[in-house]
Amino acid sequence: MDGSSLSQGAKVYFRINLFNGAVPIDITQTTVSLFVVTVIVVIIGILLGRNLTKKPGRRQALVEKIVLTLYNLVESTMGKHNLKYAPYVGTIFISSLFGTLIGLTKVFRSTTADMMVIMGWSLLTSFLCWYEGIRNRGFFGWLKSYAEPVAFIAPINIVSEVAQPLAMTFRHFGNIAGGGVLMSIVYAALASASGLLFKAVPNTIASAMPPVFQVGIPAVLSLYFDLFSGLMQAFVFSLLTMVYIAQANPAPLPAAAAAEKPKKIKKKKERKAALESHTSPQADANSGQSQ
Amino acid sequence: MSLLVAKALGAAFVMGIGSIAPALGEGNAVAKALEGIARQPEASSDLRTTMILGCAITESTGIYSLVIALLILFAL
Repeated sequence: MDGSSLSQGAKVYFRINLFNGAVPIDITQTTVSLFVVTVIVVIIGILLGRNLTKKPGRRQALVEKIVLTLYNLVESTMGKHNLKYAPYVGTIFISSLFGTLIGLTKVFRSTTADMMVIMGWSLLTSFLCWYEGIRNRGFFGWLKSYAEPVAFIAPINIVSEVAQPLAMTFRHFGNIAGGGVLMSIVYAALASASGLLFKAVPNTIASAMPPVFQVGIPAVLSLYFDLFSGLMQAFVFSLLTMVYIAQANPAPLPAAAAAEKPKKIKKKKERKAALESHTSPQADANSGQSQ
Repeated sequence: MSLLVAKALGAAFVMGIGSIAPALGEGNAVAKALEGIARQPEASSDLRTTMILGCAITESTGIYSLVIALLILFAL
Protein backbone atom coordinates (compact mmCIF):
# COMPACT_ATOMS: atom_id res chain seq x y z
CA MET A 1 0.00 0.00 0.00
CA ASP A 2 1.24 3.50 -0.68
CA GLY A 3 2.12 5.90 2.08
CA SER A 4 -1.23 7.60 2.18
CA SER A 5 -3.45 4.62 2.95
CA LEU A 6 -5.66 4.74 5.96
CA SER A 7 -3.95 1.88 7.76
CA GLN A 8 -0.82 3.99 8.16
CA GLY A 9 -0.69 7.54 9.35
CA ALA A 10 -0.96 10.66 7.27
CA LYS A 11 2.01 11.30 5.02
CA VAL A 12 4.16 14.21 6.15
CA TYR A 13 4.77 16.60 3.29
CA PHE A 14 7.32 18.82 4.96
CA ARG A 15 8.30 20.05 8.36
CA ILE A 16 8.63 23.65 9.48
CA ASN A 17 11.16 24.18 12.26
CA LEU A 18 10.45 27.17 14.46
CA PHE A 19 13.01 28.51 16.93
CA ASN A 20 15.86 26.51 15.41
CA GLY A 21 14.19 23.11 15.68
CA ALA A 22 12.70 23.50 19.15
CA VAL A 23 9.12 23.57 17.83
CA PRO A 24 8.68 21.36 14.76
CA ILE A 25 5.43 21.74 12.86
CA ASP A 26 4.55 18.98 10.41
CA ILE A 27 2.55 19.79 7.31
CA THR A 28 0.75 16.50 6.68
CA GLN A 29 -2.07 15.35 4.46
CA THR A 30 -4.46 16.07 7.32
CA THR A 31 -3.32 19.71 7.44
CA VAL A 32 -4.01 20.14 3.74
CA SER A 33 -7.41 18.45 4.09
CA LEU A 34 -8.35 20.65 7.06
CA PHE A 35 -7.44 23.73 5.05
CA VAL A 36 -9.50 22.61 2.08
CA VAL A 37 -12.50 21.75 4.31
CA THR A 38 -12.31 25.16 5.98
CA VAL A 39 -12.21 26.98 2.64
CA ILE A 40 -15.15 24.95 1.30
CA VAL A 41 -17.29 25.50 4.42
CA VAL A 42 -16.54 29.23 4.46
CA ILE A 43 -17.46 29.56 0.79
CA ILE A 44 -20.71 27.65 1.35
CA GLY A 45 -21.49 29.79 4.38
CA ILE A 46 -20.93 33.03 2.49
CA LEU A 47 -22.98 31.87 -0.50
CA LEU A 48 -25.90 30.74 1.66
CA GLY A 49 -25.99 33.73 3.93
CA ARG A 50 -25.83 36.65 1.51
CA ASN A 51 -28.64 39.02 0.50
CA LEU A 52 -30.99 38.09 3.31
CA THR A 53 -34.43 39.67 2.84
CA LYS A 54 -37.42 39.98 5.14
CA LYS A 55 -39.55 37.97 2.71
CA PRO A 56 -37.37 34.94 2.19
CA GLY A 57 -36.83 33.35 -1.18
CA ARG A 58 -36.45 29.59 -1.55
CA ARG A 59 -32.77 29.39 -0.70
CA GLN A 60 -33.13 31.54 2.39
CA ALA A 61 -36.17 29.55 3.57
CA LEU A 62 -34.20 26.33 3.32
CA VAL A 63 -31.25 27.76 5.22
CA GLU A 64 -33.56 29.17 7.90
CA LYS A 65 -35.18 25.76 8.26
CA ILE A 66 -31.81 24.13 8.84
CA VAL A 67 -30.71 26.72 11.40
CA LEU A 68 -34.05 26.50 13.24
CA THR A 69 -33.75 22.71 13.39
CA LEU A 70 -30.34 23.08 15.01
CA TYR A 71 -31.58 25.63 17.55
CA ASN A 72 -34.65 23.52 18.40
CA LEU A 73 -32.47 20.46 18.93
CA VAL A 74 -30.12 22.40 21.21
CA GLU A 75 -33.02 23.85 23.17
CA SER A 76 -34.75 20.50 23.64
CA THR A 77 -31.53 18.75 24.70
CA MET A 78 -29.75 21.41 26.71
CA GLY A 79 -32.44 23.76 27.88
CA LYS A 80 -33.11 27.39 27.04
CA HIS A 81 -30.28 28.81 29.15
CA ASN A 82 -27.72 26.93 27.05
CA LEU A 83 -28.74 28.33 23.66
CA LYS A 84 -25.42 30.18 23.49
CA TYR A 85 -23.76 26.83 22.72
CA ALA A 86 -25.81 26.23 19.58
CA PRO A 87 -23.17 27.71 17.20
CA TYR A 88 -20.47 25.54 18.84
CA VAL A 89 -22.55 22.38 18.37
CA GLY A 90 -23.30 23.33 14.78
CA THR A 91 -19.62 23.91 14.09
CA ILE A 92 -18.67 20.53 15.53
CA PHE A 93 -21.30 18.81 13.40
CA ILE A 94 -20.34 20.54 10.16
CA SER A 95 -16.59 20.11 10.75
CA SER A 96 -17.06 16.43 11.41
CA LEU A 97 -19.42 15.84 8.49
CA PHE A 98 -17.43 17.72 5.87
CA GLY A 99 -14.18 16.34 7.22
CA THR A 100 -15.44 12.82 6.65
CA LEU A 101 -17.05 13.54 3.30
CA ILE A 102 -13.92 15.05 1.82
CA GLY A 103 -12.30 11.64 2.08
CA LEU A 104 -14.75 10.35 -0.51
CA THR A 105 -12.88 12.28 -3.16
CA LYS A 106 -9.80 10.11 -3.05
CA VAL A 107 -7.62 13.18 -3.59
CA PHE A 108 -7.68 14.31 0.04
CA ARG A 109 -7.51 12.23 3.18
CA SER A 110 -10.43 12.44 5.64
CA THR A 111 -9.63 14.87 8.40
CA THR A 112 -11.54 12.69 10.85
CA ALA A 113 -9.29 9.73 10.05
CA ASP A 114 -6.61 11.42 12.13
CA MET A 115 -7.05 10.88 15.84
CA MET A 116 -5.49 14.19 16.80
CA VAL A 117 -8.17 16.20 15.00
CA ILE A 118 -10.96 14.43 16.86
CA MET A 119 -9.13 14.57 20.16
CA GLY A 120 -8.91 18.33 19.73
CA TRP A 121 -12.70 18.59 19.49
CA SER A 122 -13.23 16.23 22.44
CA LEU A 123 -10.79 18.16 24.60
CA LEU A 124 -12.57 21.41 23.66
CA THR A 125 -15.82 19.90 24.93
CA SER A 126 -14.12 18.73 28.12
CA PHE A 127 -12.65 22.19 28.70
CA LEU A 128 -16.13 23.70 28.25
CA CYS A 129 -17.58 21.24 30.80
CA TRP A 130 -14.85 22.09 33.32
CA TYR A 131 -15.33 25.80 32.68
CA GLU A 132 -19.05 25.49 33.34
CA GLY A 133 -18.39 23.46 36.48
CA ILE A 134 -15.94 26.01 37.81
CA ARG A 135 -18.22 28.90 36.87
CA ASN A 136 -21.19 27.38 38.69
CA ARG A 137 -19.47 26.20 41.85
CA GLY A 138 -16.17 28.01 42.14
CA PHE A 139 -12.82 26.26 41.77
CA PHE A 140 -12.79 24.43 45.10
CA GLY A 141 -16.48 23.59 44.86
CA TRP A 142 -15.78 21.97 41.51
CA LEU A 143 -12.87 20.00 42.96
CA LYS A 144 -15.07 18.90 45.84
CA SER A 145 -17.76 17.73 43.43
CA TYR A 146 -15.53 14.83 42.47
CA ALA A 147 -16.07 13.43 45.96
CA GLU A 148 -19.81 13.89 45.54
CA PRO A 149 -21.77 10.94 47.01
CA VAL A 150 -19.03 9.44 49.20
CA ALA A 151 -15.45 10.63 49.65
CA PHE A 152 -13.63 7.44 48.64
CA ILE A 153 -15.42 7.33 45.26
CA ALA A 154 -13.24 10.23 44.10
CA PRO A 155 -10.71 8.12 42.06
CA ILE A 156 -13.56 6.49 40.15
CA ASN A 157 -15.08 9.89 39.40
CA ILE A 158 -11.74 11.23 38.19
CA VAL A 159 -11.15 8.20 35.95
CA SER A 160 -14.61 8.50 34.43
CA GLU A 161 -14.05 12.20 33.81
CA VAL A 162 -10.75 11.46 32.00
CA ALA A 163 -12.36 8.56 30.10
CA GLN A 164 -15.09 10.78 28.69
CA PRO A 165 -13.09 12.59 25.97
CA LEU A 166 -11.10 9.40 25.27
CA ALA A 167 -14.29 7.44 24.65
CA MET A 168 -15.68 10.13 22.35
CA THR A 169 -12.43 10.21 20.39
CA PHE A 170 -12.17 6.45 20.02
CA ARG A 171 -15.78 6.06 19.01
CA HIS A 172 -15.59 8.65 16.23
CA PHE A 173 -12.08 7.81 15.02
CA GLY A 174 -12.60 4.05 15.18
CA ASN A 175 -15.75 4.18 13.10
CA ILE A 176 -14.27 6.39 10.37
CA ALA A 177 -10.76 4.91 10.19
CA GLY A 178 -12.04 1.38 10.63
CA GLY A 179 -14.50 1.88 7.80
CA GLY A 180 -11.70 3.22 5.61
CA VAL A 181 -9.45 0.25 6.36
CA LEU A 182 -12.26 -2.21 5.63
CA MET A 183 -13.00 -0.47 2.32
CA SER A 184 -9.33 -0.67 1.28
CA ILE A 185 -9.27 -4.38 2.15
CA VAL A 186 -12.40 -4.87 0.02
CA TYR A 187 -10.74 -3.02 -2.87
CA ALA A 188 -7.63 -5.20 -2.60
CA ALA A 189 -9.71 -8.39 -2.46
CA LEU A 190 -11.72 -7.38 -5.51
CA ALA A 191 -8.53 -6.49 -7.38
CA SER A 192 -7.06 -9.93 -6.74
CA ALA A 193 -10.39 -11.54 -7.67
CA SER A 194 -10.40 -9.80 -11.02
CA GLY A 195 -6.75 -10.77 -11.40
CA LEU A 196 -7.79 -14.40 -11.03
CA LEU A 197 -10.40 -13.87 -13.72
CA PHE A 198 -7.79 -13.05 -16.30
CA LYS A 199 -5.58 -16.00 -15.41
CA ALA A 200 -5.72 -17.47 -18.91
CA VAL A 201 -4.30 -14.29 -20.42
CA PRO A 202 -0.47 -14.06 -20.57
CA ASN A 203 1.18 -12.14 -17.78
CA THR A 204 2.16 -8.94 -19.59
CA ILE A 205 -1.38 -8.27 -20.79
CA ALA A 206 -2.96 -9.41 -17.50
CA SER A 207 -1.34 -6.60 -15.53
CA ALA A 208 -2.85 -4.07 -17.94
CA MET A 209 -6.35 -5.50 -17.64
CA PRO A 210 -8.75 -3.28 -15.67
CA PRO A 211 -9.82 -4.60 -12.26
CA VAL A 212 -13.26 -5.61 -13.40
CA PHE A 213 -14.84 -6.47 -10.08
CA GLN A 214 -13.93 -3.16 -8.52
CA VAL A 215 -16.61 -1.31 -10.46
CA GLY A 216 -19.95 -1.71 -8.68
CA ILE A 217 -19.59 -3.56 -5.39
CA PRO A 218 -17.51 -1.07 -3.35
CA ALA A 219 -20.08 1.65 -4.06
CA VAL A 220 -22.77 -0.26 -2.16
CA LEU A 221 -20.45 -0.92 0.78
CA SER A 222 -19.23 2.66 0.71
CA LEU A 223 -22.84 3.81 1.18
CA TYR A 224 -22.83 2.19 4.60
CA PHE A 225 -19.23 2.56 5.71
CA ASP A 226 -18.49 6.07 4.51
CA LEU A 227 -21.78 7.96 4.10
CA PHE A 228 -24.11 6.48 6.73
CA SER A 229 -21.37 5.90 9.28
CA GLY A 230 -19.91 9.38 8.78
CA LEU A 231 -23.32 11.03 9.18
CA MET A 232 -24.21 8.96 12.25
CA GLN A 233 -20.89 9.54 13.95
CA ALA A 234 -21.05 13.30 13.35
CA PHE A 235 -24.56 13.37 14.81
CA VAL A 236 -23.66 11.19 17.81
CA PHE A 237 -20.54 13.27 18.50
CA SER A 238 -22.47 16.54 18.56
CA LEU A 239 -25.30 14.97 20.59
CA LEU A 240 -22.88 13.72 23.22
CA THR A 241 -21.26 17.17 23.29
CA MET A 242 -24.66 18.67 24.02
CA VAL A 243 -25.46 16.13 26.74
CA TYR A 244 -22.13 16.56 28.53
CA ILE A 245 -22.28 20.35 28.52
CA ALA A 246 -25.91 20.25 29.68
CA GLN A 247 -24.89 18.00 32.58
CA ALA A 248 -22.23 20.49 33.61
CA ASN A 249 -24.62 23.44 33.35
CA PRO A 250 -28.02 22.42 34.74
CA ALA A 251 -30.96 24.76 34.68
CA PRO A 252 -30.78 27.47 37.34
CA LEU A 253 -33.51 27.42 39.98
CA PRO A 254 -36.17 30.11 39.49
CA ALA A 255 -35.54 33.03 41.87
CA ALA A 256 -38.73 32.61 43.96
CA ALA A 257 -38.13 28.96 44.75
CA ALA A 258 -34.53 29.66 45.72
CA ALA A 259 -35.58 32.39 48.18
CA GLU A 260 -38.26 30.26 49.81
CA LYS A 261 -35.98 27.40 50.86
CA PRO A 262 -36.80 26.52 54.49
CA LYS A 263 -34.11 27.69 56.84
CA LYS A 264 -32.48 25.05 59.03
CA ILE A 265 -33.43 25.44 62.71
CA LYS A 266 -30.31 24.59 64.68
CA LYS A 267 -31.35 24.61 68.33
CA LYS A 268 -33.23 21.64 69.70
CA LYS A 269 -35.81 23.64 71.66
CA GLU A 270 -36.79 25.64 68.62
CA ARG A 271 -37.09 22.45 66.60
CA LYS A 272 -39.41 20.90 69.18
CA ALA A 273 -41.54 24.02 69.27
CA ALA A 274 -41.81 24.04 65.46
CA LEU A 275 -42.81 20.36 65.48
CA GLU A 276 -45.56 20.85 68.06
CA SER A 277 -46.96 23.88 66.30
CA HIS A 278 -47.13 21.73 63.17
CA THR A 279 -48.99 18.83 64.77
CA SER A 280 -51.48 20.66 67.03
CA PRO A 281 -53.72 22.22 64.34
CA GLN A 282 -53.81 18.82 62.66
CA ALA A 283 -54.97 17.17 65.93
CA ASP A 284 -57.81 19.70 66.19
CA ALA A 285 -58.86 19.07 62.63
CA ASN A 286 -58.83 15.30 63.11
CA SER A 287 -60.90 15.42 66.25
CA GLY A 288 -63.32 17.75 64.46
CA GLN A 289 -63.70 15.34 61.57
CA SER A 290 -64.27 12.21 63.61
CA GLN A 291 -67.33 13.76 65.28
CA MET B 1 6.34 -18.16 17.05
CA SER B 2 7.22 -15.32 14.71
CA LEU B 3 6.00 -11.78 15.22
CA LEU B 4 3.64 -11.93 12.25
CA VAL B 5 1.89 -15.03 13.57
CA ALA B 6 1.57 -13.48 17.01
CA LYS B 7 0.17 -10.26 15.57
CA ALA B 8 -2.35 -12.15 13.45
CA LEU B 9 -3.51 -14.29 16.36
CA GLY B 10 -3.77 -11.29 18.65
CA ALA B 11 -5.84 -9.26 16.22
CA ALA B 12 -8.10 -12.22 15.46
CA PHE B 13 -8.84 -12.92 19.13
CA VAL B 14 -9.44 -9.26 19.93
CA MET B 15 -11.92 -8.84 17.12
CA GLY B 16 -13.65 -12.17 17.68
CA ILE B 17 -14.26 -11.85 21.40
CA GLY B 18 -14.90 -8.13 21.23
CA SER B 19 -17.83 -8.36 18.82
CA ILE B 20 -20.01 -10.69 20.93
CA ALA B 21 -21.30 -8.20 23.47
CA PRO B 22 -22.14 -5.19 21.26
CA ALA B 23 -24.10 -7.41 18.88
CA LEU B 24 -26.13 -8.85 21.77
CA GLY B 25 -26.78 -5.40 23.18
CA GLU B 26 -27.87 -3.93 19.86
CA GLY B 27 -30.15 -6.91 19.22
CA ASN B 28 -31.83 -6.25 22.56
CA ALA B 29 -32.21 -2.55 21.76
CA VAL B 30 -33.78 -3.23 18.36
CA ALA B 31 -36.13 -5.82 19.91
CA LYS B 32 -37.40 -3.34 22.48
CA ALA B 33 -37.78 -0.67 19.83
CA LEU B 34 -39.84 -3.05 17.68
CA GLU B 35 -42.02 -3.87 20.66
CA GLY B 36 -42.62 -0.18 21.21
CA ILE B 37 -43.45 0.45 17.57
CA ALA B 38 -45.86 -2.49 17.56
CA ARG B 39 -47.55 -1.11 20.63
CA GLN B 40 -47.79 2.48 19.40
CA PRO B 41 -47.20 2.95 15.65
CA GLU B 42 -47.65 6.73 15.73
CA ALA B 43 -44.48 7.14 17.82
CA SER B 44 -42.46 5.12 15.31
CA SER B 45 -40.25 7.94 14.00
CA ASP B 46 -39.27 8.99 17.55
CA LEU B 47 -38.53 5.38 18.43
CA ARG B 48 -36.54 4.86 15.25
CA THR B 49 -34.32 7.88 15.89
CA THR B 50 -33.69 6.88 19.49
CA MET B 51 -32.92 3.31 18.45
CA ILE B 52 -30.37 4.38 15.86
CA LEU B 53 -28.76 6.70 18.39
CA GLY B 54 -28.61 4.00 21.06
CA CYS B 55 -27.10 1.54 18.58
CA ALA B 56 -24.38 4.02 17.62
CA ILE B 57 -23.41 4.48 21.26
CA THR B 58 -23.58 0.77 22.07
CA GLU B 59 -21.35 0.04 19.09
CA SER B 60 -18.54 2.03 20.65
CA THR B 61 -17.07 -0.85 22.67
CA GLY B 62 -16.95 -2.95 19.52
CA ILE B 63 -15.13 -0.09 17.83
CA TYR B 64 -12.63 0.02 20.70
CA SER B 65 -11.69 -3.60 19.97
CA LEU B 66 -11.42 -2.76 16.25
CA VAL B 67 -9.02 0.06 17.06
CA ILE B 68 -6.90 -2.27 19.22
CA ALA B 69 -6.87 -4.90 16.45
CA LEU B 70 -5.73 -2.29 13.89
CA LEU B 71 -3.12 -1.04 16.35
CA ILE B 72 -1.77 -4.57 16.82
CA LEU B 73 -1.69 -5.31 13.11
CA PHE B 74 -0.28 -2.09 11.75
CA ALA B 75 1.48 -0.16 14.46
CA LEU B 76 3.26 -2.76 16.56
